[in-house]
Amino acid sequence: MSPAIELIAINKSFGAVHANKDVNLSVARGTIHGIVGENGAGKSTLMSILYGFYEADSGEVRVNGKPIAIRSPDDAIQAGIGMVHQHFMLVEPLSVVENVMLGAEGGAMLRAGEAKVRAELARLAQDYGLEIDVDATVGDLSVGLQQRVEILKALYRGADILILDEPTAVLTPPEADALFGLLRSLKEQGKTVILITHKLREIMAITDRVSVMRRGEMVATVETAETSPPELAELMVGRRVLLRVEKAEKTPGAPLLEVENLSVVDPRGVLRVANASFTVRAGEIVGIAGVAGNGQSELLEAIAGMRQPVLGSIRLEGQAIRSRGHNPHRMRQLGLLHVPEDRLRMGLVPAFPAFESAILGFSHEPHLGRGPILDHDRLIADLAQKMEQYDVRPPAPRLTSSKFSGGNQQKIVLAREIERNPKVLLVGQPTRGVDIGAIEFIHSRLIALRDAGVAILLVSVELDEIMNLSDRILTMCGGKITGERKASQTNEQELGLLMAGVVDEAA
Amino acid sequence: MSAPLDLPRWADTVLVPAISVTAAFLVAGLVVLAIGENPLTATRWLLQGSLGTGEGLGFTLFYMTDFIFVGLAVAVAFHAGLFNIGGEGQATLAGLGIALVLNNFTFLPGFLLIPLGILGAAAFGAMWAAIPGYLQAKRGSHIVITTIMFNWLASVLIVYLLVNVLREPQSMNPETRAFPEQSYIPFMHDVFAAFGVEIPNSQLNLTLVLALAAAYFVWLLIYRSRLGFAIRVVGSNPSAAVYAGISPARIIIIAMVLSGALAGGLAVNELMGYQHRLLLEFTSGYGFVGIAVALMGRAHPVGIILASLLFGILYQGGAELAFEQPAITRDMVVVIGGIIILFAGALDGLFRRLVAHLFTRQKLARA
Repeated sequence: MSPAIELIAINKSFGAVHANKDVNLSVARGTIHGIVGENGAGKSTLMSILYGFYEADSGEVRVNGKPIAIRSPDDAIQAGIGMVHQHFMLVEPLSVVENVMLGAEGGAMLRAGEAKVRAELARLAQDYGLEIDVDATVGDLSVGLQQRVEILKALYRGADILILDEPTAVLTPPEADALFGLLRSLKEQGKTVILITHKLREIMAITDRVSVMRRGEMVATVETAETSPPELAELMVGRRVLLRVEKAEKTPGAPLLEVENLSVVDPRGVLRVANASFTVRAGEIVGIAGVAGNGQSELLEAIAGMRQPVLGSIRLEGQAIRSRGHNPHRMRQLGLLHVPEDRLRMGLVPAFPAFESAILGFSHEPHLGRGPILDHDRLIADLAQKMEQYDVRPPAPRLTSSKFSGGNQQKIVLAREIERNPKVLLVGQPTRGVDIGAIEFIHSRLIALRDAGVAILLVSVELDEIMNLSDRILTMCGGKITGERKASQTNEQELGLLMAGVVDEAA
Repeated sequence: MSAPLDLPRWADTVLVPAISVTAAFLVAGLVVLAIGENPLTATRWLLQGSLGTGEGLGFTLFYMTDFIFVGLAVAVAFHAGLFNIGGEGQATLAGLGIALVLNNFTFLPGFLLIPLGILGAAAFGAMWAAIPGYLQAKRGSHIVITTIMFNWLASVLIVYLLVNVLREPQSMNPETRAFPEQSYIPFMHDVFAAFGVEIPNSQLNLTLVLALAAAYFVWLLIYRSRLGFAIRVVGSNPSAAVYAGISPARIIIIAMVLSGALAGGLAVNELMGYQHRLLLEFTSGYGFVGIAVALMGRAHPVGIILASLLFGILYQGGAELAFEQPAITRDMVVVIGGIIILFAGALDGLFRRLVAHLFTRQKLARA
């Protein structure tokens, strides 16, 4: 039997960037095939070629043994390839039926098409256990169910081969488990699934085979049963990496950050954080676990002074912060520094040279210049030194910030904040879009800071990261803190339930 | 993902604009050809009239002075992410400021009166820009809309004042009485004459030096100062500004104040340097040319000086051209200016992409 997908000697360049170099891939029919690799390894480019967003510079695509030209997503759909994007392509105010029908209305009048969609959805629900309220408004559905609508869309269009791009990034652990169950039943029905992810745990749990990409090349394809996470990590990075940073037990010191009954309302009047209370002590990492969009971002921003809370109080080193003095500038002066969640939107200015991004938030500091004028030579020299310490590549302070990889951008931001000796450090998604090698580095830096007595509040949607780094873990759901656990005395299942909003019995 | 536009600095700042201007002149040449005139002769008249004679050069530099000020004004606002269309109105109000200062402090000596007049221009221009800036910052009223409306307000306000309040009682013309003579900014030919050098007479005056100084000041402000850093952060990435503790509202107002003050330079050059009275429509639409100048100069002071020179050549040479070849009217010259704006501003990205493509191909070929 010929493979479902065969990619032969695919090449694709963007300007000087050779994103795919002679890539070969063979995906057997009726299997779940994982593709892993660091950011920028070329996974997305490869899948975009397969789905017709880009055309390869050279190489051949075969579907079920037949060479075909895929010039647009339409061609891909014709060939039976469906894609579920990381960011959903749904029209929120429309119903499930309408979303599935979109682009496949079958004529100028909707009625006939709609009947067909309903019948087909009923059949899919039966075959795959893909049950869903077809008349529900998509915007009202949970993220997990929205993803299900995306999968239904692909199946309705006759997809035999389903590509999923980082499908669990937005899901709670229980939702992710449900997705995996669904993928297994798709496989049993003879569908082929390609799963792009950077979570090795998921690769191990669900795939049959896994291909590893590094710097645009396909470096290995192995049977999942015959490999291990450390081996995959090594293949991805090209050297041995520590997946887990060593951390000694430590008794935390005095409370440095105390948050009491904090509530935050967004500009549209929606309550984003409800009555949050917690303490972070010196020499302690407190992790906030939660699915993206459950108020963690707003909580960090409120503490940093970027948003005014509507209720509640914040104390730094025992001193209450009055609401008039509650702005990012003042908080920095008091020793509360902030590594923001979104590097490109907040952490740095993509269009600026790195040495300018490296003073964002601190451009007023007297030693950076004379009077109103900044001393560029000094800024460049300062950053050159930090770049060496933090192993930023390339070590070029004048290079535009956007031209660094995610990991190196994050190191620039971290260096800026850490080198200013914080008392309290807020850290949002420190390793989002960061390659494994840099993750190791960033994690060990954070542990070192904790050992030096800094109080760290860590927000991350990566549960592994929270569990590895934190001393204590808070879970958030719907703006509320739903539970608190010692990191050493909990597990993923328990945290998953708390993140999903299950009432905490122990509290 | 799009192809990264990696260009060497010289290509970005010199080559691409040069290609744009050349392309614009080629298309303009086609237009000239279409009305049955010889484009080469037209080009010769254009250059001859603007650069070929000392007098022509003087006029070219006089226009250039205007354009530098309004170009800088647009650029400063642009760095804060604001499109200030109101240079025209801000310069008009600056003219009012000049007239009020100069005609009320007639007893002051020149070395006090001239700086005071310049300050008056800056203050009135700044004030007229600060209101739209405030409305944008605090009320979210779009700066493009408000500055356009303020252009109209300025224009009717000045008509009202000149007809009803400021006009000399015996005069039929809607203009103020002449400014006191000690307030005139010296003509360049007089300055040179004082050093024993003869240059042809023109409107060119010492305001040009002020314009060049303003360009240096803007460079220092935008690219080297803490305030300029904050302005660029707000313009480039407003949420990063909030993260950094920079108040976008405050920066928007400050940038508009600076922008309006710079637009006031146009009034200084035209009124204190040349007309020596406040009259209607002395801005002649140059406030809008500032937008093209800033676009073409990529909001960088050096680029703005070069673009201002180009537009100075166009305005002065164009006037000569219209005089020498009546088939090419002033309106034709405006068309040519428009084509240049189109190519340098709107189509700039096109040429940039083309050049970037060539460069990366070359790099790959070498690799």
